[in-house]
Amino acid sequence: MLHLILFLVFGAVCVAGAVNLLAQRHPINGALSLVAVMGSLAVEYLLLGAEFVAAVQVIVYAGAIMVLFVFVIMLLNAGVEERTKGSRVALLFGVPGMLLGSVLIGWVLLGHGAETVPVGALPGAPKVIAWLLFHDFLLPFEVTSILVLIAIMGAVVLASHPDTEQGKKES
Amino acid sequence: MPALLRNTLFRNQALNITAFIIVSVIKTVLSLFVLLTAVAYTVWLERKVVGHMQNRWGPTRVGPFGLLQPLADGVKFLFKEDLTPPHVYKPLYIAAPMIAVVFALTSIAVVPFGNWIKIGTLHIPLQITDVNIGLLIILGVTSLGVYGVALAGWSSNSKYSLLGGLRASAQMISYEISLGLSLVGVLMLAGSLSLRDIVDAQRGVFWGFIPRWNIFYGGQFIAFFIYLMSAYAETNRIPFDLPEAETELVAGYHTEYSAMKFAMFFMAEYANMITVAAVASLLFLGGWHGPVFGPPILRALLPVFWFVLRIFGFLFVYIWVRGTLPRFRYDQLMAFGWKFLLPLAIANLLITALVVAIRS
Repeated sequence: MLHLILFLVFGAVCVAGAVNLLAQRHPINGALSLVAVMGSLAVEYLLLGAEFVAAVQVIVYAGAIMVLFVFVIMLLNAGVEERTKGSRVALLFGVPGMLLGSVLIGWVLLGHGAETVPVGALPGAPKVIAWLLFHDFLLPFEVTSILVLIAIMGAVVLASHPDTEQGKKES
Repeated sequence: MPALLRNTLFRNQALNITAFIIVSVIKTVLSLFVLLTAVAYTVWLERKVVGHMQNRWGPTRVGPFGLLQPLADGVKFLFKEDLTPPHVYKPLYIAAPMIAVVFALTSIAVVPFGNWIKIGTLHIPLQITDVNIGLLIILGVTSLGVYGVALAGWSSNSKYSLLGGLRASAQMISYEISLGLSLVGVLMLAGSLSLRDIVDAQRGVFWGFIPRWNIFYGGQFIAFFIYLMSAYAETNRIPFDLPEAETELVAGYHTEYSAMKFAMFFMAEYANMITVAAVASLLFLGGWHGPVFGPPILRALLPVFWFVLRIFGFLFVYIWVRGTLPRFRYDQLMAFGWKFLLPLAIANLLITALVVAIRS
């Protein structure tokens, strides 16, 4: 019972953070709302029994990626953003997309094509996750890591200037 | 049931929910009290030890050996005028020290500081809560602590603070990778993420007399070295205290803070030092293992004493290093982290994995 209440509370915090992210006009407030979303998502995972995923969610997303976001915002010294009336494309595709999404979620929640699991029953121990990652899904895992490596190399190539004098000295 | 509760309850089946809550509250309050007192007296210790290293006395006026100095400092911080400069971004300026201190104090929740004790039918572990991913929780909580520093720097709206905040976040992200990787070897040797299991895996001796601590056994002294260096950088201490380098940045991210808000950053730094020392003792130095003898009460308390002794030793080395080494330059700091510590940590990880795989 307590867990259900906690689950609902943190679910509400998560949604509120997401809405706040859109409503805030300053980038740093937006980034911090996203941190709140990540944190409450981690708590949801924990309540569902996926403790390893919860810890990784905090360490990787809230603790590393969002710190980098905040870092970049601080570095660029980004100011308050201007309000626009929104784009016509967003109106054209966004509203039907959102409707479709809500219908889909409603369909799933009403029990069509989805199994439900009691709170805390999902396997989430580090050993289970490790077995899945390094045994059952080893090939996809390795392929993903190569994909990430390619992305890093791409970033390095884009950041370096091989044509300029400075770039020649560095490379 | 969530992992947090399930774990603690299963290991004390004699406890019912009420007793569990009462014991938990007592443990929480006690740990917090001890931690805050330890923070205050670490400051005293630092001033005293550095003082003696520099051929002066350190605090001597308040109480015998200046022992009441932390109390006097606390009173001073409370009664000082709490200035808020007009150019700051107020919500985050106020929240930043709170974020720093809250995350610094939270990680004590999963640190075990001794074995079990028995009171009547109650079987109480000396730990606020035993989570089976304890180490990950500590890593997660400490990685969130960087927000306090970064936001303090940004919201102060002054160039020194901003530079200090930027340096702190860059440094903490960089060294967190080496720090995390240095711990993986220990995890592989213990086969668990629970701090209690990791300590239990270090029980006993090998070759007749050497304790089976991870720093000796399994060749984790390299990992210990990496951990030590990264821990100094993570807690922004000399020789890696670039975020608050007085010669360049006045006081770095807390330049614009005064009174209790400044004290909160100070508390966060020292609480982080204690957490880092506790993790080092648990993972590399055998936790609370040590000679245990005498009547039952002594048997229950000696492990705690050994554990505290290790933390004290680690803090002393911290202060010793501060009294000895000069500050690095910023590019040296980054080069050391990325080009030396990180490859070393990966090499250590590979070799440890190989050894573990061959042995099993």
